[in-house]
Amino acid sequence: MEMQLIGMQLLSGAVLGAILVMTALGFTIIFGMLGVVNFAHGALFMIGAYAGVAIAEQTGSFWWALLVAPIAVGIIGLLIERFLIRPLYNRPADDSILLTFGLGYVLVEGVRIVFGNDGIPFSTPSALVGVVNVGIGYFPIYRLFVIASVVLILVLLWVGLEKTKFGLIVRAGSRDPQIMRVLGVDMRKLWFIVFGIGVGLTALGGILAAPMRNVSPEMGTLVLAEAFVVTVIGGLGSILGAVIAGVLVGVVVSLVSLFAPEMATISMFALMALVLLFRPQGLFGKAAAGA
Amino acid sequence: MSAGTQQPTLPQGDRRARLGALLNAASRWRVPLTIAVLCILPWILPSKALAVNVLIFGTFAVGYNLLFGYTGLLSFGHAAFFGSGAYLTGMSIAHYGVSWLVAMAIGIAGASILALAMGALSVRTRGVYFSMVTLALAQLVYYTALQASSWTGGENGLRGFTVSKIDIPGFQINLLDPVQKYYFMLVFTAAALWLLSRILNSSFGATIEAIRENEVRARACGYNVDLAKLWSVVVSGSVRGVAGSLSAMHLSIVPLDSLHYHTSSLVVMMTLLGGMGSFFGPFVGALSFLVMEDVLSLWTTHWQLFVGAVFVLFVLFLPKGVWGTLLDLGTKND
Repeated sequence: MEMQLIGMQLLSGAVLGAILVMTALGFTIIFGMLGVVNFAHGALFMIGAYAGVAIAEQTGSFWWALLVAPIAVGIIGLLIERFLIRPLYNRPADDSILLTFGLGYVLVEGVRIVFGNDGIPFSTPSALVGVVNVGIGYFPIYRLFVIASVVLILVLLWVGLEKTKFGLIVRAGSRDPQIMRVLGVDMRKLWFIVFGIGVGLTALGGILAAPMRNVSPEMGTLVLAEAFVVTVIGGLGSILGAVIAGVLVGVVVSLVSLFAPEMATISMFALMALVLLFRPQGLFGKAAAGA
Repeated sequence: MSAGTQQPTLPQGDRRARLGALLNAASRWRVPLTIAVLCILPWILPSKALAVNVLIFGTFAVGYNLLFGYTGLLSFGHAAFFGSGAYLTGMSIAHYGVSWLVAMAIGIAGASILALAMGALSVRTRGVYFSMVTLALAQLVYYTALQASSWTGGENGLRGFTVSKIDIPGFQINLLDPVQKYYFMLVFTAAALWLLSRILNSSFGATIEAIRENEVRARACGYNVDLAKLWSVVVSGSVRGVAGSLSAMHLSIVPLDSLHYHTSSLVVMMTLLGGMGSFFGPFVGALSFLVMEDVLSLWTTHWQLFVGAVFVLFVLFLPKGVWGTLLDLGTKND
C-alpha cells in the first residue's frame, strides 16, 4: 500500500516534471543561443495558455489550440525579437533583462484588459477525460498525455538539433557566433528564428499546463520562478540540464507534498539553494558560468 | 557626478555649462538638498498619503540603488528584505507587544540577516545568474510567509497592530496625524541617506563602483570582490528593511504582497526611471512613478499598462533615467 502510494506520487512527480521541463525549455534555448535572459518568459507562458483557451473556444477543438496557439504566440515572439530585443544586442546583458521584465508587465496588464482580472477555467479535452489503470492505481489520462507529449517534443527537438543542417548551424552558433559570421551565416536571422521557436515552445507549455493549473494573468510569476529554479539547478543554457533538473524538481516536490504538503512549493526553492551551495554553476553548467 | 568632476570647458553664459555647474553644486550638497526637498514635499503634492508613499518607496529605492546602480548587481529579490522588515516589525508588536523602537530594530536587523544569508548564496553566482537567483530566493521567502499563516496572517496579511503615538521624553508624536507621521519617518530616511552618502564617499564606495565598471579588473587589482558584493547586499538590505519597517508602521497592516515579485518590480522601475547609479535618481523615480500612478489611476484601472510601456521606452531610449539624462546634458563637452 505504502509503496503504491509512493509509486503514484512518483508518477505525479513525472507529470509535474514534464510541465517544469516545458517551462524551462524555451527559456534555456533562448538564453543558450542569444544570451538573453527572458523575464517576459512567464508572461508568454501565460499568453500561451490564454491563446489556447481562446482558440479552443472558437474552434471547439483542443487539438487546433495545441497546433495554432504556439504558432500565433511564436509570431508574437518574432515581433518582440525584431523590434525590442534586436536594438539591445550591443548593450549590456542587464538591459535585455530590464526590457523583457517591463514587457512582461505590459503583457500581463494587456491580458487583464482583454480577458479580465479573474482566472478562467479550462476543462480537460473531452477525449482525454477520465482515469486509466496503470497497474498500481488509477491515473488521469490527461496527465499521461502530458508526459507523452513532452517526451515527443523532446525527441523532435533532439532530432532537429542533432540530425538536421539547421540544428547543426544553431549548435555551432551558440558555441561561437563570431566564427559563424565569418563563415557567412547570418546570425541575426538565426537569432530571430530561434527566439520565435523558443517563445512558441513556451506557449505550447502554457497550453499543456492549462487544464492542470488555474489560468490567470498572474500565473506567469510562478512560472518564471520555476523556470529559474530549473535552469539554475540544471545549468544555464544546457537543454539536457533543463530536462533532468525539471524531472528532478518535479519528483522532489511531489514526494515532499506526500509527507508535508505545506512545504511542497518551498522545497523547490530550497533545492535550488542547496545546489547553489555546493555547485553554483548548476548540475550541467560549465564551471566558468558559476564560481 | 561627484565634487571632483571636471568643469565643462564651454564659453561662459552657455546654458549647458551653467546646468553642469548647478548639478555639480547639487552633488556636493546632495544629502541636505534631498532632505530639504523632502521637507517641503507634503506641501507640494496633492495628498499627504502620497508624500508618505514617496518617502517609503524612495527609501526602498535608495537602498536598491546601492546594489543595482552603484555595484551593478541587478537584483529582483529585494521585496524579501522590504517585506521581512515590515513583517518582523509588525509581528514583534502584534505578538509580543514590544515598543515601536525595539520593533523597528528587530525588523531592520532581521532584514540585514536575511540579506546576509541570501547574499552569501547569490554572490557566488556570476552575471545574469544573480538576477535569477535573487528572484527565486525571494519567492522562497514569499511562500514561507504564505504557509506560516499563524505567524504572518498568510494571505490576509498581518493585522492587529497599530502604533498611534510615539513617546519621546518631553515630546509626543501623534502618528494618526499624517503630517506628524511624515516628519517622523523623514528622520529615518534622512539617516539612511546620510549613511549611504558616507558609504559612497568611502573607499568601499569606490570599490563597488570599480566592480560595476569592470569586475575582472577589480579582482585583478586585488579587491575582494565577493566580500564587497556581499557587504553591498547587506547594507542595501538594511536600508530596505528600514523602508519595510516604516511601511508597517504607516499602514498598520503588512500585506502579503509586500514580499511579492510585484513589489520588487515597482522598485526596479522607479530606480531606472529616476536614474540608476545617481544619488537623486531613486527619489526622482519614486516621485515620478507614484505621481504617474496617482494621475493615471484616476481615469483607468489599467494604469500599469502605461507605466510598463513608459518603462520599456526608457530602457530602449533613455537607459540612464530622468536624472542621469539631465546629468549627461549638463556635463557633455561637445
